[in-house]
Amino acid sequence: MSSITDVESTLSRISSHKGVKGVLICNHSGSAIRSSLPSDITEQYSALISQLAAKASSVTRTLDAEDDLTFLRIRSKKHEIMVAPDKEFLLIVVQDPEMGGE
Amino acid sequence: MAPSRKKATKERAARQIKHEAPVDDEVDMYQEPIKRVVRPENQLELTDAELKEEKTRVLTADDPNIPKNISKYNFKDRCYKRDPPGQSEHMAIQFTMEGCSLHHESDEFKAQDAYRQKKAEEEAEARKAMEQEAQQEGETFGGEPDTEESGKNQFNYSDRAAQTFNNPLRERGVSTEPPPVVDFGATLTQWEIYDFYMGDYAAQIMKAKLHEDADKKKSSGGYGSYEEPTPAAAATGKEEDTVHSAKMENALKILERLVNQNAEDEIFNDFKYWEDASDQFREGEGSLLPLWRFSTDRTKRKQVTALCWNPHYPDLFAVGYGSYDFMRQGSGMICCFSLKNTSFPEYIFSTESGVMCLDFHPQHPSLLAVGCYDGTVMVYDVRNKGMRPIYSSSIKTGKHTDPVWQVFWQAEDLAKELNFFSISSDGRVANWIMSKNELKMEPVMHLKLVNTVKDDPEETSLSGLAGGCCFDFNKTQEHLFVVGTEEGNIHKCSKAYSGQYLETYEGHHMAVYSIKWNPFHERVFITCSADWTVKIWDHNLNYPIMSFDLGNAVGDVCWSPYSSTIFAAVTSDGKVHVFDLAENKHEPLCEQKVVKRAKLTHVCFNERDFMVIVGDDRGGVNSLKLSPNLRKLHLPVNEEGVVEAGVDTFAIQKAKMDKLLQASDAKPSSS
Repeated sequence: MSSITDVESTLSRISSHKGVKGVLICNHSGSAIRSSLPSDITEQYSALISQLAAKASSVTRTLDAEDDLTFLRIRSKKHEIMVAPDKEFLLIVVQDPEMGGE
Repeated sequence: MAPSRKKATKERAARQIKHEAPVDDEVDMYQEPIKRVVRPENQLELTDAELKEEKTRVLTADDPNIPKNISKYNFKDRCYKRDPPGQSEHMAIQFTMEGCSLHHESDEFKAQDAYRQKKAEEEAEARKAMEQEAQQEGETFGGEPDTEESGKNQFNYSDRAAQTFNNPLRERGVSTEPPPVVDFGATLTQWEIYDFYMGDYAAQIMKAKLHEDADKKKSSGGYGSYEEPTPAAAATGKEEDTVHSAKMENALKILERLVNQNAEDEIFNDFKYWEDASDQFREGEGSLLPLWRFSTDRTKRKQVTALCWNPHYPDLFAVGYGSYDFMRQGSGMICCFSLKNTSFPEYIFSTESGVMCLDFHPQHPSLLAVGCYDGTVMVYDVRNKGMRPIYSSSIKTGKHTDPVWQVFWQAEDLAKELNFFSISSDGRVANWIMSKNELKMEPVMHLKLVNTVKDDPEETSLSGLAGGCCFDFNKTQEHLFVVGTEEGNIHKCSKAYSGQYLETYEGHHMAVYSIKWNPFHERVFITCSADWTVKIWDHNLNYPIMSFDLGNAVGDVCWSPYSSTIFAAVTSDGKVHVFDLAENKHEPLCEQKVVKRAKLTHVCFNERDFMVIVGDDRGGVNSLKLSPNLRKLHLPVNEEGVVEAGVDTFAIQKAKMDKLLQASDAKPSSS
């Protein structure tokens, strides 16, 4: 299937991108399916981010029931955590935005 | 022996009677213990006379311990007073007893006696009445009257009673395991309720539909069999499906763009906001700011042979890869890049032969016409990722025999079928019509060689065909188009007259690489050639009105979409030349080398943003931002320096070019 190779190649492109610390895919229950990070950090990220994403989605839904969260970006001093939430999965990319610039 | 012992122990003081167990063996063990009286030593011995003496004691009611002379302080009289002697407080009662006997002469006894007698009389009367009754009954039944203790043998009768044990009451209980209890807690939000209702509503509609379908099928005779997707099949590889789902693909696409945007934040800022400040101080000079370079590993060894912006999505452009070298031909590729993802193409298509030209359909932005080195033309739908073209020319349907140098979409014909033109160095211009299932070729024109020696008509007819290199269709006169050839001649043709040229322009001495009508002025077109020159023509004049020598083979030239007088040209020494004829008619405003050790092959202006993309022969495409001096629109401004609203920019741009033409008309031989 072309879609499988497409997804895999996109995944590898993102994870090999300069400045990207890790790519993480969680299932709907918040446990990691795929990760390029060490297991302890993966666990932390998946547990915390899935909660945050659920909360953020709840906030948007509460403000407008027909609205929904499509994306979540967290900019910190060190990183930018980008989250693409979905019903079935949670895609998390951690990037150091300063590093890619040079 | 016993008495002697008794004597010995008598002396000892013992105030109690001792039971002495006999020690001797002869003495019977079961003998009763002997009682002995032990007197204390100091017991008084009294004589009989003394013992019999009587002593009298009298009890008096007086208590000798009671004080009889108590005096108390009297606060009223403020002096001590003697209490009057009295016994009231100090009476001690020695013995009292309440009796229950009555004196037989007292009134109380008489009353009680009378009551007792009366009761006895009543009882006797009642007994008599009962006896009478019993007798009457006995007479009526004819039986002997029963005595009081009837039936029982008074002598041989014993009454026995036995008391049984009362079993004590016992309590007995069994404790069972408690039923399992689950604590459930959740917070409910408004949107969860909303979701549930929406889901329920959808399910109801589904159900109703299902019923309807089933009813229909029943009425038509057959039984509708609704097959639910087997859950087992759905469950297998579900995890993998999540990773490879279309949603995931979409999310990944967005994330890749984000990652790129974060990493290239500076370039994106430059693209959007940075303006070369030094342009204000240098009149007639501009600069190009390099932004991204688009390339992939797979195209490193290929040359960029075509560039085309998508007319609908101003951030999307297609790049055709192939080779201009006759000896080194290989497979071709088409990559569609987006400015939103600068690191990797959105779509990739590979072709058997090198791609030579591309064109997006202006109304159907997903349709891409492609011309190849082997003479085939194809139509891709870029939405079909990595798939084969939806149309492809073949030898059966007709095919160019030489490389196709340019394709160009046409307006829909009468049958509403999409069609495009192509030009090839086999000397033919063809129209390709996308019918339902095939691409139909319709030859439009054979580019006959024009003999410069006009006096020999026979030789003309014998000569071969000119290799077409490029063409462009007039923006206002639809049938009119100009063709550039390998020989350097330019022909004005019409779709209506396929037999002959309307005009032939001579001026270039080598192959014409590109020809473009001015987007604002319908008479003007520009050409560039391998003979190092760029020429501007008025199609009514058979000589160029302007000519610029750029010092190297000019790969491509392109009018800017926003100003009639600005164009950009790329040369094989890696330079981009940008001209604004309204500013300078002789020199380029900007001449900038953008690639090292590479030839630039193509250039294309973005329709929306002030940027150009240039392709080189190393498979890369560079994007360059035009500095403010390179994009002057020369619009009339009011006294505040603001462009007046509602001005017809098109007319202004046309007038600008008209002015240039008048100037060149005045000195036709200037070029």
